[in-house]
Amino acid sequence: MTGNHLLDLANQVVRDALARGATDAECTVAEDDEFSVEVRMREIESLKEAGSRGMGLRVLKGQRVGSSYTSDLSPEGVGRMVRSAIEIADLTSEDPHAGLPAPEELGSLPGDLGLYSPAIERLDPADNISRAKRAEAAAFDADPRISNSDGASFDSGAARHVFANSRGFSGEYRTSHCSLSASPVARDGESMERDYWYTMARDPQGLQAPEEVGRIAAQRTLRRLNPVKVDTQKVPVVFEPRTARSLLDSIFDAVHGMAIYRHESFLAGKLGELVANELVTVVDDATIPGRFGTSPFDDEGVPSRRTPVIERGVLRNYLLNTYAARKLGMKTTGNAARGLAGNAGIGHGNFYLEPGVQSPTRILAGIADGFFVTSLMGFGVNIVTGDYSRAAGGIWIRGGELAFAVSEVTIAGNLRDMLRNIEAVGSDLEYSGSLASPTVKIGEMTVGGK
Amino acid sequence: MRFSDSIFAARFQITLADLNRYLAEALSQGGDYADLYFEYLLTSSIGIDESIVKSAAEGVSMGVGIRVIAGERTGYAYTDHLVPEKILKAANVAAHIAGGPAKIEKFDLNEGRRHNLYPVLTAPTETALAGRVDLVRRADRAARAYDPCVFQVQATYADNLRHVMVATSEGVLTIDRQPLARLSVSALARRGGESPQQGRAGGGGRVSLDFFLNEKTPEHFAREAAREAIAMLDAADAPAGEMTVVLGPGWPGVLLHEAVGHGLEADFNRKGVSAFTGRIGQKVASELCTVIDDGTIHNRRGSLNVDDEGYPTQRNILIENGILQGYLQDKLSSSLMRSHSTGSGRRESYAHIPMPRMTNTFMLAGQSDPEEIVRSVPKGLYCANFGGGQVDITNGNFVFTASESYLIEGGKITRPVRNASLIGNGPEALKYISMVGNDLRLDEGVGVCGKSGQSVPVGLGIPTVKIDRMTVGGTA
Repeated sequence: MTGNHLLDLANQVVRDALARGATDAECTVAEDDEFSVEVRMREIESLKEAGSRGMGLRVLKGQRVGSSYTSDLSPEGVGRMVRSAIEIADLTSEDPHAGLPAPEELGSLPGDLGLYSPAIERLDPADNISRAKRAEAAAFDADPRISNSDGASFDSGAARHVFANSRGFSGEYRTSHCSLSASPVARDGESMERDYWYTMARDPQGLQAPEEVGRIAAQRTLRRLNPVKVDTQKVPVVFEPRTARSLLDSIFDAVHGMAIYRHESFLAGKLGELVANELVTVVDDATIPGRFGTSPFDDEGVPSRRTPVIERGVLRNYLLNTYAARKLGMKTTGNAARGLAGNAGIGHGNFYLEPGVQSPTRILAGIADGFFVTSLMGFGVNIVTGDYSRAAGGIWIRGGELAFAVSEVTIAGNLRDMLRNIEAVGSDLEYSGSLASPTVKIGEMTVGGK
Repeated sequence: MRFSDSIFAARFQITLADLNRYLAEALSQGGDYADLYFEYLLTSSIGIDESIVKSAAEGVSMGVGIRVIAGERTGYAYTDHLVPEKILKAANVAAHIAGGPAKIEKFDLNEGRRHNLYPVLTAPTETALAGRVDLVRRADRAARAYDPCVFQVQATYADNLRHVMVATSEGVLTIDRQPLARLSVSALARRGGESPQQGRAGGGGRVSLDFFLNEKTPEHFAREAAREAIAMLDAADAPAGEMTVVLGPGWPGVLLHEAVGHGLEADFNRKGVSAFTGRIGQKVASELCTVIDDGTIHNRRGSLNVDDEGYPTQRNILIENGILQGYLQDKLSSSLMRSHSTGSGRRESYAHIPMPRMTNTFMLAGQSDPEEIVRSVPKGLYCANFGGGQVDITNGNFVFTASESYLIEGGKITRPVRNASLIGNGPEALKYISMVGNDLRLDEGVGVCGKSGQSVPVGLGIPTVKIDRMTVGGTA
């Protein structure tokens, strides 16, 4: 279906909902095409190609809300969806804060944000297969200890996002993506390890070369071989960019407007306070062309923007949708995010820690004994209390240099202390997805081992 | 259920001749095997927050996924439009994983064997929504009434009814109707100006609404969430390093899911990337341990009458008296490993390629009295409840995070401690199990397992066990 047709359909659904008794309505339509190839041991393992679409409606009847969605976009399917949402709204409670953004808050960023590249649709499956094969081959070629593989894959796709509401907003945009990853397995005696590397971009031109992906994946895998479990101790901990991103994820969870009004975050009530070291500036910016966290408008039809979250250690803003903003007596920050059904949640744009001045080598140089974290596992981050305890793997730092592989340990602390204890922020900020962080050093954490 | 009674025949007018035609198209380029997975999914969810029912939603999605296997290769395509021209087109896309003349053209589809594990006449999804809205209101009231320190309650009720039909080029035709429901409660408690603590509880299964009205009520889950939040208010810092750990019964079975379950999925072992590869017949746990994956338990969240490849599920012994017995197999891995499907082929939806997965994974009960187990520990950690876990199947390292745990001092459970992760190595960790309780309990029915981007519902269970050595990731 063409974009215009879907936009017309969304507007029609909003009108139908109002005609059936809704006082307000918002309609989301999503259309996706995906292609993926997986290769393993130099052969194709799977090929997948498909497209799908769906539509969701949220209505208000006074202060009560109801939602429904369908993948059946036939007139009957859409009609059932509208009736269902209207009926459901009679069963929920009056919520004084429910409602759509004010008309003057609605809008869309002008100009081309570089989110869609037509080159995605011209990709040749044979080239895609070849990219994945080359990435895996490069990993094998890197070292004889790379003797096995969990595969390499190339994925691409395009999507169309359509949104219309009864306050006059109607908009759509397209996005494209492609990515290439490799996951080699290395063996040395009894030790077997796996790691991965990937690259992703809006346009195939933006991808790292397959050989580069394979080489980095191999290098990351090899450096994990023959790890030791260290003694339990308190030491400085350095997160490389890939693992530091998870700290940004935790900061996002902690400034999430819903968690704030529910007092479910250790950062609730701390606006204007020093919550992190002065080296720390965290920004949410959904306006940077071409990036994965960029969009012309959020999922309530509010224009995307740049919001400073932490400035030189001081908490400046929470990330809000209309609902959380009303609960807190604030204005939306344009961070509404939703699937097809239900009330809008909150998402981030490009959420990043601003780079510092020190190179990663410089940061390591100052550490006599410490832990350089290259992998993290588990869900041991409690945003309510800030308690942090995760499984980690990486490399021990001795005398300012990376010395030997470490695994089967935990790192633990409390996010309140960890943020204040960020002693160094690297100069090596690089984007791949919508979360980004340079290398980060935390003065002291507990490493749990033997 | 008979084919002619299924929603696919009745509502979408799909005939046996249609299925034959789609399979023939899927194998038109010479594939060895093809299957069609039709899905019609109805969902609903209701949420309460601050004693206000803030959200309620219903939805419907449908589609068919078409898979073609040619040697070790899989071609996959799907469509959400259940009309012949779209299905044929998808079959043709999937067919091109192979290259050559068609080898099979006629399929004798016969309705296959299946269990009847969830004979739910009216699925919760088919009942009036108002009755289900009442569940979250009751949960909210009960959690708040539990203790004045409880100041925030959220409850979410979600159910779905999945109609599934699998037709394969080997002639298997199975139809299933899979109800699933879950109620989850989260409570926050605070005393004075202290930091709040959160407690969570929930449960459900492939049940009718009666389950929440008569067996496990909203009040049961609400009180449990509130109790956990209150219990954690006095928590001290968790210890760090190796120590003796006692796991309570039920959900702590997540240990088995992470430490051994994933590592025994056949795809990883076929590829030789699991820490358990080549270890069948070897000792991977203490002789007190027998670990089962059983997809045939009545009304359980992880149970299925047939798996998502049309095979009846079964009770699979993974570890018997400490010795590794076998892997969890799906169609592709079992044919390449010259083995048999164990009814473990599962997928998230029609848009996903099936792979070997767990169903309900648990350890059989032992001989020890749970109280005697705690009494035998001079100093250690008692874990009553956990959040989620994760595993690196290649090196075998796993982690799971305690959400409610206590110090054991002098054989007694004493102070609560803050959330901490517990870690270990799959093929080693279970060797340190020195006592197994007589109190096997299955979890209440909340588990979701993620693998390669696909989520499926699972069950867990374990009796009280004592692990002589495990690394605890606290700070003290």
